[in-house]
Amino acid sequence: MPSSVSRRDFLARTGLIGCSLAASPLLTPVTFAAAPWDTRFVVIILRGGMDGLDVVRPYGDPAFRALRGEMSPGPEGGALDLDGYFALHPSLAPLMPMWDAGQLSFVHAVSTPYRDKRSHFDGQDLLEAGTTTMAGVRDGWLNRMLQAVPGVTSQTAFALGHSDMRLVQGRAEVANWSPEAELDISPQAVRLLELVTESDPALHAALAEAQVLSQVSDSDNEQLKGEHLEIAQFAAARLSEDARIAAFSLNGWDTHAGQERHLDKALTRLAETLVTLRGKMRGNTWSKTAVVAMTEFGRTARQNGTRGTDHGTGGLMLLAGGAIKGGHVFGQWPGLGDGDLYQQRDLMPTGDVRAHAAWVMRGLTGLDRGVLEGAVFPGLDMGGDPGLLL
Amino acid sequence: MRSFDPQLAEIRFGYGVSPEYAAPQDVSAMLSGLTGPDVMAQRFPIQSFHDFRSRMVEVSEQVAIRRKNRGTPLAAEARKRRNVLNKEAREDLAVWLGHTMLRRAHTETAFRERIVAFWADHFTAMGKRGVIRRGTSPYIEDAIRPFIAGNFEELLIEAVTHPLMVDYLDQRVSIGPNSQRAERIGQNRKVGLNENLARELLELHTLGVDGPYTQTDVTELAELLTGLTFDARNGMKFQKRLAEPGAETVLGVTYSETANLNTVRTVLTDLALHPATARHIATKLAIHFGSDAPDPALIDAMETAFLEHNGALMPVYEALLSHPSVWTRELSNIKPPIDFMSSALRALAVPPASFADQEQRWIRRIFMQPLFNMGQRWETPSGPDGWAEEDPEWITPQGLALRVSWAMAFPGELVDPLPDPRDFVDHALGDFATEPVRFAAGAAETRSEAIGLVLMSPAFQRR
Repeated sequence: MPSSVSRRDFLARTGLIGCSLAASPLLTPVTFAAAPWDTRFVVIILRGGMDGLDVVRPYGDPAFRALRGEMSPGPEGGALDLDGYFALHPSLAPLMPMWDAGQLSFVHAVSTPYRDKRSHFDGQDLLEAGTTTMAGVRDGWLNRMLQAVPGVTSQTAFALGHSDMRLVQGRAEVANWSPEAELDISPQAVRLLELVTESDPALHAALAEAQVLSQVSDSDNEQLKGEHLEIAQFAAARLSEDARIAAFSLNGWDTHAGQERHLDKALTRLAETLVTLRGKMRGNTWSKTAVVAMTEFGRTARQNGTRGTDHGTGGLMLLAGGAIKGGHVFGQWPGLGDGDLYQQRDLMPTGDVRAHAAWVMRGLTGLDRGVLEGAVFPGLDMGGDPGLLL
Repeated sequence: MRSFDPQLAEIRFGYGVSPEYAAPQDVSAMLSGLTGPDVMAQRFPIQSFHDFRSRMVEVSEQVAIRRKNRGTPLAAEARKRRNVLNKEAREDLAVWLGHTMLRRAHTETAFRERIVAFWADHFTAMGKRGVIRRGTSPYIEDAIRPFIAGNFEELLIEAVTHPLMVDYLDQRVSIGPNSQRAERIGQNRKVGLNENLARELLELHTLGVDGPYTQTDVTELAELLTGLTFDARNGMKFQKRLAEPGAETVLGVTYSETANLNTVRTVLTDLALHPATARHIATKLAIHFGSDAPDPALIDAMETAFLEHNGALMPVYEALLSHPSVWTRELSNIKPPIDFMSSALRALAVPPASFADQEQRWIRRIFMQPLFNMGQRWETPSGPDGWAEEDPEWITPQGLALRVSWAMAFPGELVDPLPDPRDFVDHALGDFATEPVRFAAGAAETRSEAIGLVLMSPAFQRR
């Protein structure tokens, strides 16, 4: 891999150089393999409010069965026992080898500081911003993490998929890309495109980045069926080289009715994504990887009248990869008995999802606790080290 | 701050300037365009949901036949027929996409098409399973389009009680836990409340997420809505035996103990006319037609109009169009992919005949697949909050790369021959054409690249 191509050389070769490049955030000359750490960090946002109680089922809690009726059975109904107390949703069976290999863990009963309104869209904004309020917040916590380390390049972190993620928005350069977006036009057209968009910094910058990313995309990958698999494959290819961070989202967790069927689909996609990532990462990169999958909130502890669940509070975080300490259900279990629930309806959050993300980042990058608590997640108290990494 | 400008009216409040149709000459022309005869709906028809329902009836009949006659030729026949019905609905979906695009390209009252799209997005709904999954365009045709110039409460009632919304937000299966139905079924089979519609109704359709409501209001409203359902044969229906008995209190107002459709209409009317709703709607309109950071005075003006006229929408639109801040010449919001394509069709004056003979596969290749890749899958936003308004959501490297590919590849399949790019600059951009765009249009190596460059110019991408 080229390790010292400057950004300016690169742009010059692709033809996207012009008088207005000062407007481009990609102008800074940088080298490619420049992140100051060698670990890999993948963040997956699970949009729609995943029901953690169904994914990692507390079948050992005496109150669980009463809340769920026939829904979410324990090992007697096909769930995969994890530790004698919690059992895994059967749709995540493809991940059992990872659990057995010590490369999969969960954190239960965690949440963001978001409470009570239970709006997906606000919940997701806050999850990605990493703050306690949205007032005046424009950037996301993953971007603020990148701002805190030297040597980050536009190839260090990738946001993948169709939409722009708040998680990675901010001053630090992050490549936004989707595997099918190859830009294949003549050099003359590229030059004229540069001219035409010169007066519009935002359009111009995005197109300049598209041009750069089109050049580095892998074209020799196999045709995979499903957007999530294409993204996992692309992420694995980039993370096997210079990229250190990848972020994307998976939808489909809003299971108000007929949860069994809908959750099966979403979990199958999640399992396929993780299996693809692990399978496609080259060399020993998977062993240096931590994947964190998080959702905006959990769902009601009680099943609703339509074999589903409504918006709740405490949720579940998934950890995978060779760098994490696998085989554990972390977190302080609050119980589901009378008086244990949040507002008599939701799993009580006993941990801040941000603190766990912060400890993962601290373990991967060595970032100072003060930076994590002050800049990345302003005002966060990380508490004691939960020991999520090896 | 400026005042009315015909070309800007087409760009900001329509689908761009057209070489074929004259721009509106003043605000009153734009407003009367909302109430006049619906020429586009007649010229490029889309099936009404009322008619669409007959497909749902037939599918359920075939499913019943199959169930009763398992293993017989009759069941195989029924299965075949059901597959044909599904296939027809799929094909019609493509036709309706084509007609929606043609309406936007050939309308003389483009503000009407934009307003329809705005409310269709505000009341995002899509069917969940089976043939109803293709019912979004018919829903818009019946529940949104005829009501855009009336009162907000009417629009709210039509949209929220529509079978498609009832299906989408799980209202169809929400049953009062103490209803007759629940009593009859007994304790063993769980039936009960689902609060999805109630929550989105408060958060998205009326008060806004910052509105003055609590979880208790959500739950009470969910109870109040029980009974609201539909069947394919009759459409929307209130089924008393599903309704939760007793009075419910939403935002401090206690509603009648008698559960019926009137109670639902009453609470919807109260929510429609709530001051928080006025603020929420005014803000959304200002962002959609103004910019991501609209002039607060514009929001105030629309809010005041909404409240003073009890939710009548025409005065709100008039407040929007009369406000000086919406006539600044500097273009602002980026067009989302669907609007970008619609504008391209309009600028290219794509003749309806070029659509008429095309197979649905053509529409899939030229519109549906590219829209999917650009993150705006046709009539399928990822949630009930509809499509994002914020520019950064659409100004992404991947999104723009796909636009470039589309802009350079497909216009040649839509019009033959392609226009002279040097003329096309004026057709597409009017007075908003700039020297660099003129130069690029003349300097490109091929005609299709030149057309694509004009379509990628900031003056075409923004409005």
